[in-house]
Amino acid sequence: MMLWRGIWALLAVAALVLAVLLPEGWMWPAKEMQLPMARWISAGMKWLTDSAAIGPVSFKDLTRGFAAVVEAPYEAARVLLVDGITEGKGRRAATIVPPLSWVAVTVAAVALGHYARDLMLGLLAGALMIYLAVFGQWESAMVTLASIVIAVPMGVAGGLALGIAGWRWKPVERVLMPLLDLMQTIPTFAYLVPVLVLFGFGPVAALLATVIYAMPPMVRVTLVALRAVPAEIMDFAAMAGCTPGQRMRKVMLPVALPDLMVGVNQVIMLSLNMVIIASMIGAGGLGADVLESLRRLNIGGGIEAGLAITALAVVLDRLGQALAERAGGRQALQGPWWRRHPRLVLVLAVALATGLLGLVLPAVQDWPKGWTVTTKGFWSGLMEWINVNYFDQLETFRVWMLEHLMLPVKRFFFALPWPFVLAVLALAGWRLGGWRLSALAAALCLFVAVTGLWEQAMMTLYLCGISVLVAMAIGVPLGIWAASSPSAGRGIGGVVDTLQTLPSFVYLIPVVMLFRVGDFSAMVAVVLFALVPAVKYTAHGLRSVPAELIEAGVVSGATRGQILRKIRLPMAVPMILLGLNQTILLALSMLVITALVGTRDLGQEVYIALTKADVGRGLVAGLSIAAIAILADRLIGAAAKGARERLEGAG
Amino acid sequence: MTPPVKLACRHVWKVYGPHPERLAAAGADLDAIRASGHVGAVRDVSLEVGEGEIFVIMGLSGSGKSTLVRCLSRLVEPTSGEILYDGEDLLKASPARMIEIRRHRMGMVFQNFALLPHLTVLENVAFPLEVQGLAREAREARAREVVALVGLQGRERHFPRQLSGGQQQRVGIARSLAVEPDLWFLDEPFSALDPLIRREMQDEFLRIQRQLKKTIVFITHDFDEAIRLADRIAIMKDGALVQVASPEDLVLAPADDYVRAFTAHVARAKVVTLGRIAAAGVPEGIAGTLPAAARVEDVAEQVVAANAPFAVERDGQAVGHVTPAAVIAVLVGRGG
Repeated sequence: MMLWRGIWALLAVAALVLAVLLPEGWMWPAKEMQLPMARWISAGMKWLTDSAAIGPVSFKDLTRGFAAVVEAPYEAARVLLVDGITEGKGRRAATIVPPLSWVAVTVAAVALGHYARDLMLGLLAGALMIYLAVFGQWESAMVTLASIVIAVPMGVAGGLALGIAGWRWKPVERVLMPLLDLMQTIPTFAYLVPVLVLFGFGPVAALLATVIYAMPPMVRVTLVALRAVPAEIMDFAAMAGCTPGQRMRKVMLPVALPDLMVGVNQVIMLSLNMVIIASMIGAGGLGADVLESLRRLNIGGGIEAGLAITALAVVLDRLGQALAERAGGRQALQGPWWRRHPRLVLVLAVALATGLLGLVLPAVQDWPKGWTVTTKGFWSGLMEWINVNYFDQLETFRVWMLEHLMLPVKRFFFALPWPFVLAVLALAGWRLGGWRLSALAAALCLFVAVTGLWEQAMMTLYLCGISVLVAMAIGVPLGIWAASSPSAGRGIGGVVDTLQTLPSFVYLIPVVMLFRVGDFSAMVAVVLFALVPAVKYTAHGLRSVPAELIEAGVVSGATRGQILRKIRLPMAVPMILLGLNQTILLALSMLVITALVGTRDLGQEVYIALTKADVGRGLVAGLSIAAIAILADRLIGAAAKGARERLEGAG
Repeated sequence: MTPPVKLACRHVWKVYGPHPERLAAAGADLDAIRASGHVGAVRDVSLEVGEGEIFVIMGLSGSGKSTLVRCLSRLVEPTSGEILYDGEDLLKASPARMIEIRRHRMGMVFQNFALLPHLTVLENVAFPLEVQGLAREAREARAREVVALVGLQGRERHFPRQLSGGQQQRVGIARSLAVEPDLWFLDEPFSALDPLIRREMQDEFLRIQRQLKKTIVFITHDFDEAIRLADRIAIMKDGALVQVASPEDLVLAPADDYVRAFTAHVARAKVVTLGRIAAAGVPEGIAGTLPAAARVEDVAEQVVAANAPFAVERDGQAVGHVTPAAVIAVLVGRGG
């Protein structure tokens, strides 16, 4: 133990000395050792799209067919929510059947809320829908909603199917698990590139990217939920003489439903997040509005669209959660179907009535333009006011942080020779998890080295490292505070939960408004986005310390401070480490998005690849980020496991 | 007159570990199994259950009783052996045949009820009929009958979560009886219930059995429950049978110290039958006639109050008599 402490201290000193003495980029991987992976991938992709074929069916036909399958339901959703049925094209198109009126959609939201929990939730959902109408975001929101309405069932169905297959056949699970790990660590942008190349620019490609992105958690939840079906229930299914199909349909899936709904909720939130990001490849809707505003630095428009996304996220999240809690709480209703589904009947009636009434009274169909309120001016004014009055303070803060914190850290990472980094990672892997982890760490590090993206990777490490540091420095004390009293816990928990529902894009808006583009803005956005797990896990870890231990401390005469320092915090270390792990993963995924505000890291690499539709470049950079994420995940995961075992061994 | 054998198992083994067949085939003993890193959950068990019999398998947790009953119903695949149900070896049955047998000829009640939370009482009870493909009306009509049999009329539309533990297990019992099985497995059905409810459910169980006369394999870790319900008891330890006997024989002639430890505290009057303590001949001035199978506890008050001997008869034949003194000797733990 002492020996290892000495070795780590020595290594830390060595790293610092190296960082001070060596010039930046002194020993980065040489050009000769780089593999042209990007070119290989691009060539492979070209072969796929141009000449690959299974028998008479070319790969291109396959992707086209796949796109067509996705497109039909999406078009139907668009008709229902946005376009209606029209005749003719462009400006001369005449509407034959209008889409659902704003009244009908709002009533549907209220009814769904009432069905999921109670009238309060229904009214909240309805109010947020009206908010969208009042602030003129209706049409964009409906475009986004149309994507989600289609993406969610597809993601859920696909996730269920894969999860069931993984449960049923061990080999499938063995293939699936590492794939899921990889899919969850590859940043969102990196998905977009191959999808863009295979399916072109447009809503269908965006929808596919969304489904692929949102599916992995559903697969995982399905696997876990199916395994959690009690053994006795499985025995009962066998004794009742169920065939394997009956057992799955009639017993396992219904019993697992409450757990599965948690997965559905995740699919909903991830779909929303991705639909927004996928506006880069033509998803349209609110995401496109934000993107447009960011590009043109249209402050007011960006904030308005961002708030609309927030409203939509809150509605979807609350409804999803309520539905998850409700699952399994069915009441036995009798009678014909219109009796058993009174809300559905109401919504259908309102849709029909307002559709007809809308022909005479347009205000029922479309929210009248005159009634919309725009806050663009207000937001622009507010930003201007802040910038006029507080520019110096903000600027001083920014410059101070850059000079005293960010640049030194950046220099540190840039000066490290790559063999040194590899050696330290391998050593850490060996200490924390044995030779397997050591080999994995070395291999991942080597991968990044041979991609020729070492500089960008170091840039990523530096931005990620500093953001995580700041996020932990803010999040852990917040977590301690949240755990200190129920009221603080509720307050902070509420804020944190809302932060978590927001798509990552939204965080960029206020940051860019205040600090313009650059590394500092990126850091602030990443910190905001990645703060949540730091707070949550800390609070949870502190709260789950056994009451007996705290009582033992109290009767020993420990003060509150002593109990916190000597009992609760040490006991919470494994949980806090898991929080750190999550924070790092979130930071990495957000970092990629901050490419939009001009960082020069791996994220930028992906972003450039996206704009050029360069699959090889995008995937290599994306995989590099995934390599960093997996490295962090495994090392910290092993550390948390070790800490937990030490605590349990001692207790 | 022993009834025909309904269910029999011969040399059934269930060994968990890397090479289970090898150990089972060698008939390895407990130490050898453990030393090789295996677990012998069921070791060389042979037993026969007669038609209409209540056969109780009693053992502490980890004794292998749950695994054994799952081998008998083939929920767990035995490592080796034969399971004969009406002479048919279940271990040779195809999956389709197994489904067929379970759909029509087996029922099982579970310790934690294993009710489906998303179905009502009626739907739960009708479930085994539903998977057989019976039409809704037919299966619900049948379900109503069994729900009434277990005394839950009026609660057909309730969900399991709205019922007490005892009521939930009544649903479990009703469900297992819905298909009118000949063979009825009950895996610690009352262990999860409060003692008072447990007693009530045992009475209920005996009442139902008197009515239906199923062949029953009943698992419990509660020796009192075993002697209350059983025609015969099999005591299990470390995966093997220690003794199979009537409650009376177990108490009066335990095979070894392990069984003796269980039976030592049992009030003899609860298990000893009049046939056992009857003296030869029927003297003058008997107060009445009692069946030989009656347990001392149940008739003691009557005999002592009459203060006169009673004739004892089996199948209408007088086999002897009991005196109040003999009954009292059992009550205070000396006789028998």
